[in-house]
Amino acid sequence: MSTDSLTVAAAAALDAILERHGRRPEQLLQVLREIQEHAGHVPDAAQLRIARALGLPLSRVRGVIGFYAFLSPVPWGRYRVLFSDNITDRMQGNLELLDHLCRRLLLEPGRMSEDGLVSVDTTSCTGLCDQGPGLLVNGWAIPGISRERLDVIADLILEGRPVTAWPAELFAIADNVRRAGMLLDNDLRPGDALRAALARGDLSEVEQAANTRSWREANMAPPQGPVATLNEIRAANLRGRGGAGFTTAYKWESCRNAQGEQRYVVCNADEGEPGTFKDRVLLASHADLVFEGMTVCAYVVGAGRGFLYLRGEYRYLLEPLEAVLTRRRRDGLLGKDILGIPGFSFDIDIHLGAGAYVCGEESALIESLEGKRGIPRNRPPYPVTHGYLKHPTTVNNVETFCAAALIAARGGEWYRATGTAKSAGTKLMSVAGDCALPGIYEVPFGTTVAELLEMAGAEHTQAVQISGPSGTCIGVDEFQRRIAFEDLATAGAFTIFDDSRDMFEVARNYAHFFAHESCGFCTPCRVGTAILKATMDKIHEGRGAPCDLHEIAQLDDVLHQSAHCGLGHTACNPTLDTLKRFRPVYDRHLDHLDFEPAFDLDGALRRARQMTGRDDADAHLDGEPAP
Amino acid sequence: MTDQPTFTLDGEEIPFAEGQTVLQAALTADVYIPHLCYHPEFKPHGSCKVCTIRADGRNAAACTLPARAGMAVESASDALNGLRKVLVQMLFAEGNHFCPACEASGDCQLQALGYDLQVTTAGFRHFYPVRPVDASHPELWLDFNRCILCELCVRASNEVDGKSVFGLSGRGAGKHLIVNALSGRLADTDIAVTDKAVEVCPVGVILKKRDGFAVPIGQRRFDRSPISAQAARDAPRAARGSKEDA
Ligand code: SF4
Ligand code: SF4
Ligand code: FES
Repeated sequence: MSTDSLTVAAAAALDAILERHGRRPEQLLQVLREIQEHAGHVPDAAQLRIARALGLPLSRVRGVIGFYAFLSPVPWGRYRVLFSDNITDRMQGNLELLDHLCRRLLLEPGRMSEDGLVSVDTTSCTGLCDQGPGLLVNGWAIPGISRERLDVIADLILEGRPVTAWPAELFAIADNVRRAGMLLDNDLRPGDALRAALARGDLSEVEQAANTRSWREANMAPPQGPVATLNEIRAANLRGRGGAGFTTAYKWESCRNAQGEQRYVVCNADEGEPGTFKDRVLLASHADLVFEGMTVCAYVVGAGRGFLYLRGEYRYLLEPLEAVLTRRRRDGLLGKDILGIPGFSFDIDIHLGAGAYVCGEESALIESLEGKRGIPRNRPPYPVTHGYLKHPTTVNNVETFCAAALIAARGGEWYRATGTAKSAGTKLMSVAGDCALPGIYEVPFGTTVAELLEMAGAEHTQAVQISGPSGTCIGVDEFQRRIAFEDLATAGAFTIFDDSRDMFEVARNYAHFFAHESCGFCTPCRVGTAILKATMDKIHEGRGAPCDLHEIAQLDDVLHQSAHCGLGHTACNPTLDTLKRFRPVYDRHLDHLDFEPAFDLDGALRRARQMTGRDDADAHLDGEPAP
Repeated sequence: MTDQPTFTLDGEEIPFAEGQTVLQAALTADVYIPHLCYHPEFKPHGSCKVCTIRADGRNAAACTLPARAGMAVESASDALNGLRKVLVQMLFAEGNHFCPACEASGDCQLQALGYDLQVTTAGFRHFYPVRPVDASHPELWLDFNRCILCELCVRASNEVDGKSVFGLSGRGAGKHLIVNALSGRLADTDIAVTDKAVEVCPVGVILKKRDGFAVPIGQRRFDRSPISAQAARDAPRAARGSKEDA
């Protein structure tokens, strides 16, 4: 098959995509993603045509393809099946299921079938932990994988039926809301929050749509609409729900006061932290609240344009979300002169990611929005002053925008009445793992881990991983700790392990995750995560020694001291947390006292034995045949 | 000139100009902070992390950290040199570095830093990556084995040569250098031997053919004096735009 030239039809399809994206270089990732979806890969000839059309060097185009897990320069097969490989998927037997499918399709994992029909591989957590194991077929998510469902899938693939024609039942994803609170139970109608924000202050001529307003004027403006709303956000003491807990009012105000002709609002829906899936539920069932929060933010900071950056794994949400946007435009809640207010114009585009966890970091997300490799930027300057295309940009998490919409509608004091002194409001927890009722729990800040375990029907719990691998792993004696910024800050993952689980294997899975997701920009993380993974594998294979644990402690120190972003800083956390709390598990894996080489001398002869057809005692270094 | 603002570096007063980073100010003042991916002629990049310093109690890359008046910076401590040593060891472990037989030996900044920081072993298990060389070009060749992914060639080709010959692809441990050609071969790019990108590689990846060992090992740049004694001297000169030897 030649990849040197495109067929007339393929070239026309590509040109249509390029045209739709205005041939703008910052749309590169979106263009590539659409070609990938359309053609199953991005052939050389398409790369050249894209490079020319967008005025970019070919190496830039290739660099971007090479960065994102869901893009490929070579075919993966007409069907690309990716099994989610989070620890909860593992606990639900994803690897055995993957084997089962490979056997059904006479396939080796990671390799395309000879006829170019199908390939099967693993991918990072797809956010279906409450109804796992999950998988993606050509980017479309399927939950609750079982042998029976895989048999159906195998037949559909062998028949060559297009994924769009597969039974809808396969793709049905539940919300599993187990406990709703002020956010999930809100009775707001689309536009309510905006109308309340507008009513809060008289919008006079002084306060124009802020794009034309200088920062000085902004500082001196009396508390009218936007400022009054900002004050409510401040009074609510809303803090970012992405994990870091940055004060939202401060962020919005900094962006509002930053100099620039254009401002942007970005919603970070790149929910990649293994074990987290609350944004999926918010986007599926509360999209209006999300968009309303973004629009309130635009009103406050004076932005004209917004982006929802949706992780590639949530591709299936794209059309429903587009439909919500279209309806909101029709109802005057987006677009020009929103709700009839002259100058208050704002619209939202959806950008899809293509499989890169690091893009959840806000500056990497902006790079990705600009169509580049998702590498975290050097800071300062910060996005609030130099964000998207160097314009002032506010980036907030999906849940933060929802809370902001609530506050705009009901007021800061009302919001603050829930939660604790330093953590106002509620938190959505994505509960998964060993419990009877996995799903979404909206709890007030201050709820203890024990209370949440109880609600979820968890028994014999040995450990809880709070906030995913980049968070904290706690044991039984800490279950009285509280979910709050004062104690256990969290982006929302709550993964439960009962006493049947090997916590070393949990940590090993996370080590693999970080090595796979490191962007590779900085030395400590790029090399350090690879070493950590190799060391955990060495211990797993029974070749570990105490000196390996010292090495991990050293790695942790180096990563904390010098990594460029949070991914590197936290990469060793799961290992060290479990090592501290579950040391005997590690000791069981380490049967060597001092040093043990990673290299298996006898194993190196395996191939020679295979080729000579010998496997007697003398063909082994230690004189023992393999079991 | 009005009074310049200053910060302290290991107790010494360092003046700086508005917009300078800690590393730039230090080099201008003739004080050496070890670095690899920084080059005074290019925009700071901040990826190797060898220049990590401690400023007001927090670690940061000196090459990207804007200097602030009154800040207290620590650089030459045992702790920070120990950290730098590990970072250099990591780079040695990640690639394939055959120093004794390498054409860049004595001219290589990684090797020179290794000497300065007393790196005697890689300290980590070697990765032994498979990185075939590209010898397609008539005058140049690429030995990827030694690439430390500093992106200096990328920056030089973009910013000075205006060619974008080099780029990066992959991520994590799979990150690698690529060239701007459909074939993926250097011969099919518009690189020229005189390009800045050829000159700037701090290790021995971008090499001129028929030029090897012109200066014998033992008489090369870092054979004559340690990198710490030279970088500080060279850098400010280059920053002022003069490339001639004074
Ligand atoms: S810490 Fe890791 S993810 Fe972050 S910039 Fe460095 S290599 Fe990339
Ligand atoms: S080729 Fe040289 S200059 Fe380019 S990234 Fe590799 S080490 Fe740096
Ligand atoms: S020289 Fe500063 S990070 Fe490389």
